[in-house]
Formats: sequence, structure tokens, C-alpha cells
Amino acid sequence: MAELNISEQQAGDVTILDMNGKITIGEGSVALRTAIRRLLEEGKKKILLNLAGVGYIDSSGIGELVSSYTAIEKDGGQLKLLNLTQKLQDLLTITKLLTVFDVYESESEALNGFK
Amino acid sequence: MTVETTELKLASRIEAIEEAATAVAGFVNRSGISEEEAFGIDMAVREAIANAVIHGNKLDEKKLVWINVRSSPDSLEIKVHDQGQGFDPETISDPTKEENILKSSGRGIFFMRNFMDEVDWSTAPEGGTSVRMIKRRVN
Repeated sequence: MAELNISEQQAGDVTILDMNGKITIGEGSVALRTAIRRLLEEGKKKILLNLAGVGYIDSSGIGELVSSYTAIEKDGGQLKLLNLTQKLQDLLTITKLLTVFDVYESESEALNGFK
Repeated sequence: MTVETTELKLASRIEAIEEAATAVAGFVNRSGISEEEAFGIDMAVREAIANAVIHGNKLDEKKLVWINVRSSPDSLEIKVHDQGQGFDPETISDPTKEENILKSSGRGIFFMRNFMDEVDWSTAPEGGTSVRMIKRRVN
């Protein structure tokens, strides 16, 4: 089984990526990077990452979230995060990245948050 | 509680990081540490092993990483030793500073220091770098 499984759904002009597994150095981080690059190439620039199923992330995975954020912003898009586990929220708090990311607990609120 | 130790040796491959960290986590979980502390130790261990494999040994599979874990009544001590050139931890910038916050790397050592009570590095006389991390038990 892949380290990180990503399934995609469309809600209007927002692409939701449901992520299950680990975003860690190697396969998990690469899978996230590949998915974001592909969406940007397809012109899909409003991206919501549903992280409910991400049980583990390391510094490489957090770096990949930051890279995704900067790549999407640079392309004129928006990245938002949905359903962080408590541990991921703690990690984003201590790294002060909660001040960078737009984080939601409800999918409808997240979708409404896109301009 | 007695003193228990375990040692691991791994080749410098990305896949070995997960295998080694899982083995260390098993030992840590059996040592009676709380679940929350075990999570932090696991994070720190993964970052230390990743640093050794990637930055220390530069993914050279001929080079090895050694991990030594020691559980005592007072603490858990984890040492990770590589065959790399070493580095000065003081040169690592604070990833939470505004100018670094959007950098995609540089958080591994921050996590190690955040989750462990002591973290220090040394260069062995025969070469290679060791990081020693201690988590004290709360009695």
C-alpha cells in the first residue's frame, strides 16, 4: 500500500484532495508535490487539502505543505487546509505555521473561504 | 526498572528511515513512556535518522548509520551516529523567525530540540557525527 493515498474531487472551481496516510520524507512528500504540480499544470489553482486521514507528518512533510502553499500563491491560487488532526495542529502551532495557513474544520466553511 | 538497550545499524537509504524509526518506536513504547511523549520522541528520532542518512551520509549506501537506545529509570537516551563530515548546529537558523517561516526545510533540528530535553552533537575521533538526545522520565 502506498504511504500516502490521495483522492481528488471537485466542488465548483475548488479541487479537494482527500489525503490518507503519512506525509513523510520520501514517498509521502513526493506524492503531495506531484499532485499539487499536476493540479497547477491543469490550471486548478484553488486547492483544499483534507488532512483528516493524515496520521503522521514529519519536517519533510511540513516543508512540502509550505512548498505547496508558496507554489500555489505564486501561481495566483489559494491553498487551504481542512480537518487537521490534533497532532498536526500542534506541529503547525510550534512552527508558527498556523499563522500562515488558512485552516478549517468544516468543508462548507472552507469552500466559502475561497475567493 | 532495569536498564535496557537496543542497537540498530542501517544503510543510508530513504526507506531505511521508516524501518529504523518504527523499530525504535517499538522499543520506546515498551519502555513505559506516555503516549504523548512517545509521539515526540518518535518525531525527534525520525528527524535524527533522516539527517544522518541524507545530510550526514548523503544517501551513500556504503555508509552506515548506527542507532543506540538506552532506557533507564531516569531517562531514555538515543544516539544516532553517521559517517558524515559533521556540521555546526549553531549555524542552523530558527525556522520560526519571520524570514524563515516560508522555507521548505530546516525544521528537523527544531523538532528534535522541541521534543527532547537535551540534544547535543559531537564529532567522533575516528570520524562521523553523533547526535545524543535525552528524554527525562517524569516521576
